[in-house]
Amino acid sequence: MEGNVVLKMRNIHKIFPGVHALQGVDFTLRKGEIHALMGENGAGKSTLIKVLTGVYGKEDGDIFLDGTEGAVAIHSPQDAQNMGISTVYQEITLCPNLTVAENMFIGRTSGAVQNWKKMNADTEKILQSLQIPARATQQLETCSLAVQQMIAIARAVDMECKVLILDEPTSSLDEQEVEKLFKLMRDLRAKGVGIIFVTHFLEQVYEVCDRITVMRDGKLVGEYEIEKLPRVQLVSKMLGKEVDDLSDIKGEVKTFDAGKDAVPVLEAEGLVSNAGIKPFNFHINKGEVNGFTGLLGSGRSECVRAIFGADRVTGGKVKMKGRDVKIAKPLDAMKNGIAYLPEDRKVDGIVGDLSVRDNIILAQQVLKGFFKPFSKAEANKVADEYIKLLNIKTASKDTPIKSLSGGNQQKVILARWLFTHPEYLILDEPTRGIDVGTKVDIQKLVLKLASEGMSVTFISSELDEMLRTCSRLIVMRDRKAVGELTGDDLNQGTVMSTIAGGDK
Amino acid sequence: MANSENARISSAGSLKNLIKNQCFIPIAALLLLAVFNLIADPSFFKITLGYNSTGNPVLSGFLIDILNNGSELAILAIGMTLVTAASGGQDISVGAAIAIAGSVVLRVLCGRDTRPETLQAPIIVAFLVACVVAMLFGAFNGVLVAYFKIQPMIATLILYTAGRSIAAWINNNELPVISDPKFAYFGGFIPGIPIPTPVFIAIACMIVIGIVLKVTNLRLYTQAVGINQSSSKLNGLNPELIKVMAFVILGLCVAVVGLIKVSRISSINYSVIAKDIEMDAILAVALGGNALSGGKFNMAASIIGAYVIQCLTTTLYKFGVPANSLPAYKAVVVILLVVVSAPTVREYVSTLTKKLKLSKEVA
Repeated sequence: MEGNVVLKMRNIHKIFPGVHALQGVDFTLRKGEIHALMGENGAGKSTLIKVLTGVYGKEDGDIFLDGTEGAVAIHSPQDAQNMGISTVYQEITLCPNLTVAENMFIGRTSGAVQNWKKMNADTEKILQSLQIPARATQQLETCSLAVQQMIAIARAVDMECKVLILDEPTSSLDEQEVEKLFKLMRDLRAKGVGIIFVTHFLEQVYEVCDRITVMRDGKLVGEYEIEKLPRVQLVSKMLGKEVDDLSDIKGEVKTFDAGKDAVPVLEAEGLVSNAGIKPFNFHINKGEVNGFTGLLGSGRSECVRAIFGADRVTGGKVKMKGRDVKIAKPLDAMKNGIAYLPEDRKVDGIVGDLSVRDNIILAQQVLKGFFKPFSKAEANKVADEYIKLLNIKTASKDTPIKSLSGGNQQKVILARWLFTHPEYLILDEPTRGIDVGTKVDIQKLVLKLASEGMSVTFISSELDEMLRTCSRLIVMRDRKAVGELTGDDLNQGTVMSTIAGGDK
Repeated sequence: MANSENARISSAGSLKNLIKNQCFIPIAALLLLAVFNLIADPSFFKITLGYNSTGNPVLSGFLIDILNNGSELAILAIGMTLVTAASGGQDISVGAAIAIAGSVVLRVLCGRDTRPETLQAPIIVAFLVACVVAMLFGAFNGVLVAYFKIQPMIATLILYTAGRSIAAWINNNELPVISDPKFAYFGGFIPGIPIPTPVFIAIACMIVIGIVLKVTNLRLYTQAVGINQSSSKLNGLNPELIKVMAFVILGLCVAVVGLIKVSRISSINYSVIAKDIEMDAILAVALGGNALSGGKFNMAASIIGAYVIQCLTTTLYKFGVPANSLPAYKAVVVILLVVVSAPTVREYVSTLTKKLKLSKEVA
């Protein structure tokens, strides 16, 4: 094998029932590089990773590792680990109730006797060498998410891995935490570890990576050095079409004109919940798209959860179209024509084991009542309709939703709420962890719905996405609404300075 | 492409679908037991029409025995399936609750006398009172589980421990005996009908739950709550209420079983009535391939599971296994059945068959 290559995958094929998931994919990883693996949902990134780590078998192709003659056979994650391939997943797979040291060594010690002192000392050494701010005897759950992620990486590194796979490690971290993680990644690169970095965040790719491999529809598009592939080109390669920029989609649809003296669809005064936000005022007009912005933990989600009655409302008044309403629980909000797509898709959104069809009809079924179930034919018709409307990629409507990709799961949840025909739709981070194509689809859909008269509140961590879709932004800081921006104030600079606060 | 794909799957997959069906394992177990009996002693299948002591025509034989004695378990499996699905846990107090329900029935029928000449209240009234009491105890369990977030097994441990003493206390610790022959109809035979009444009661319960699952959203709501409580809440459901409802339905099943049990002997034995039946009911749910951690469920599979257990018990009895060593024999078979129906084993088998098929195609 050439001098600095640690991993070579050649002509990898993987077939699932009905899907040729990988079609002759090549992948090469060199020593001491951070290599981004990019592609839309369903491009085959995860499948490739799972073939590499022995979770899936492969139908054809060879994997070569540095230091081994000929192709290697990887049958299980254990095999992969023994060969020096370690993976850190998006969800932290350590045990929160054990100490850092125990987590570092769990499953790696042999024999019944454990030298705890040595284990703690070793852990302390590793943590220091990687500059991870944690103590060996600290319980894992008392560490921040980023630190937990780093400990997972440290564990992988300590097992003398040559190939480190990071699968969406940053999706639940805030900016500072991401920065810390990147520093660790750079340190490891300097030590000669080859890192495969799977992410959806373009900025992050350009910040830390040396090389990009792009996949689309189970095929390799190409491998590029980072300087030679501008962002727009990367996106166009991922989407497989010339993108005329992720441009100003706002211009494409005309905005809904509610008239001057129209009554707001929803008006809240001094609304406050038990989730620790300060009382806030809020209103939204018919056909308007507005949004809550602010840093992670600033209280964006808590505000909309209060409106929907998802947290216990402890005070304030709510009017819908000028009429006083009481929203104490989600069902009240639903009956008043409010729909809420929650922030955490896995925990609050999908009902994993139920079919796509049942997930789509769920909310409307609850509105309809316990004694009036949809007939199978009706449910099927509705499911078909929305699968087509939102272009949901699923094997069938009987497929459990948990086996869909993240973006398609989100579309199903969106379908669920659209089916209730709401007047007011709240979307909390609808595009998190979703590929670029679906992102644009959802943004376009929001604007289209608004142009038809629906009111939408849109929350996103990505500021430019908010600027593209919203006509009014409510800025949150420290669980308090600190400003409202419209018109010309809707630009990165003003929003940032409002979020930051202090003198402008 | 999708069409040809589907066609291929359906043509190659009818057998696979059958195996994948949740009812497959319990039905296969039933057939296996049947084949075993057929080889060992075909008289197992003999059904004879005779006359009982009161001169009524009655059918007898091991098959009738299974259907008759399996009734209680089948009825309980219905409620236990719902509780398991909604709460992700099991109710271990059903045996004790049956003692309470049976005791209530007797108390209402007997009034102040323990051996009344005539019934002091109509049987239907006694049954309805027992229903209310059993459903209240169910609600008690449900509230502990749903609102106080106590693990179902721990929450129902309270009633499991106290239930039989409560049952005895209801009748002042005496053993009432009902002499009215009409009361024995529910656990025995109705004159002129040669099939045991519990069989009809069990069938009625199955029809009722079938209709309820058809005309209401019980299935969808229970499953949604069992799979993802937080998400269900945001979809307007009230997870707590649905869990309590599952326990109340189980309470209703308990009352029905209580009536059958006391009717069988026209009396009650507080410490023996429906002993360990909760474990068999839980086992029925597990044999039906339902996850004991809650979520999706298959009612029919649970019910068939109940009859598998009864069939096993009867078979063992027939081969002269003494009553006190019965559980040990049963355990061996149960281990086998549970292991075979465990999801991991099923997955392993399905990948194995896939591999076999693949290698065949290659060859």
